[in-house]
Amino acid sequence: MLITNSLATFGRYCIFMRRVFALPERWRIFMRRTIQEVGKLGLDSIPLVIVISIFIGAVIAIQMQLNISSPLIPAYSTGLATRDIVLLEFSNSILCLILAGKVGSNIASEIGTMRVTEQIDALEIMGVNSANFLVLPKIVGFVLFMPVLVVLCMATSLIGGYLVALFTDIITVSKYVYGLQALFTEWYVWYGLIKSFVFAFIIASVASFYGYYVKGGALDVGKASTDGVVASSILILLFDVILTKLLLQ
Amino acid sequence: MIEVKNVIKAFDGRTVLHDVSATFYTGKTNLIIGQSGSGKTVMMKSLVGLIQPDSGEILFDGRNLLKMDTGQVHELRKEIGMLFQGSALFDSETVLGNVMFPLQMFTRQSFDEMRERAMFCLDRVNLKGAEDKYPSEISGGMQKRVAIARAIALNPKYLFCDEPNSGLDPKTSIVIDELLSDITHEYNITTVINTHDMNSVLGIGENIIFLNKGHREWVGDMSQIYDTANEALNNFVFATHLFQKVREYVVKNETPIPPEK
Repeated sequence: MLITNSLATFGRYCIFMRRVFALPERWRIFMRRTIQEVGKLGLDSIPLVIVISIFIGAVIAIQMQLNISSPLIPAYSTGLATRDIVLLEFSNSILCLILAGKVGSNIASEIGTMRVTEQIDALEIMGVNSANFLVLPKIVGFVLFMPVLVVLCMATSLIGGYLVALFTDIITVSKYVYGLQALFTEWYVWYGLIKSFVFAFIIASVASFYGYYVKGGALDVGKASTDGVVASSILILLFDVILTKLLLQ
Repeated sequence: MIEVKNVIKAFDGRTVLHDVSATFYTGKTNLIIGQSGSGKTVMMKSLVGLIQPDSGEILFDGRNLLKMDTGQVHELRKEIGMLFQGSALFDSETVLGNVMFPLQMFTRQSFDEMRERAMFCLDRVNLKGAEDKYPSEISGGMQKRVAIARAIALNPKYLFCDEPNSGLDPKTSIVIDELLSDITHEYNITTVINTHDMNSVLGIGENIIFLNKGHREWVGDMSQIYDTANEALNNFVFATHLFQKVREYVVKNETPIPPEK
């Protein structure tokens, strides 16, 4: 039963995506809407990303120092471990799980509300491909802006660790900075960016899918929003494993 | 003209429309009336292609909606304007933005031309001055008028209205009814109105189709409705004491009550 339902949902998602990825009827309107979505989904997420990244970066640095302090391990390891955790996992996977909550629920509730208030029906009656008109700008806008959020997250997380070194005595600034530069692997940055593209697509498309097919009223919009966040979070974790296997091994 | 021929629609084995046939005339206000659950909404959604009937024909000036491919349906829909029960205005757009929307999507006009047309439509529904407000900032009656302005922006050949008076006070309902009637005659549109507002039935019903439990039970106009022998229709239209009195007056004096001006 679960498998049948999952396959049916996946089939509907594929049909939905086929409608979404049609050519826009008016490129100028599409570009305008995409820029609006960049602002709404991307720029508006910057404060959240900065706050979370600084604190988590600081916590990672403290925990690394407390857990790996040993005469056998070089002192700069704290900076190195903080950097690698941030580049490999936090700035993409964990950040996207957080954004699935913020951006995913925003998208699902917006489109779901448009569905229950017949705004989507109004678009269809006018002869507009509503899936393409509403969803494609969100996917394109969010996927394009995601690298900015990821790079910002990387930078602010490392600054969080730097602040720990600066304002506490658990590690010196020079050793932390040296650790950040030691044994640097450029591919880790690309790995994080590639993962974030996939996760951004999952967040925007899955949340849109759940919002688009809402039936009922306000309660159902809330449920669709929750379902969209849960489904995209699970898919992010699943693709995290798959992409890590593909890109790092 | 829209012709509906032998349309049948069932959901989960329960038939909602039983072999319904009807004709909706150009330049007339065509009303679909009936109790809740009579199949009005399914009929309306079938007419605009939001629901696919199980069998039958829906002909828009001879073009069968049910045999069109997706592209043809999209083309046909550009000839259709629709007024939804809840107005369905786009929350993120101003009143002007809502009316300009179909023009932006389907015409190659310059911004000034689109604005001029939108302002003309807003003027037509007596809403000049509200163009910069958002839907949440205006009343329900004004929202309906904006929705009418948006529906007529592209000069549609067919106008569908789902419960246009729902949630409105009687006075505003009359304004909306008169507006729909005037627009229908002025632009020679085939207007189909789904309603159970008796003021609309007796005020603007030039071609009335009465649905009862999914069957088309009666067809006529507002003057014929007073002396119908159809019991279900009588029970529906003249259910309230007020309308029973109206009927008694009309039958006694052999003249319909003139519509309020």
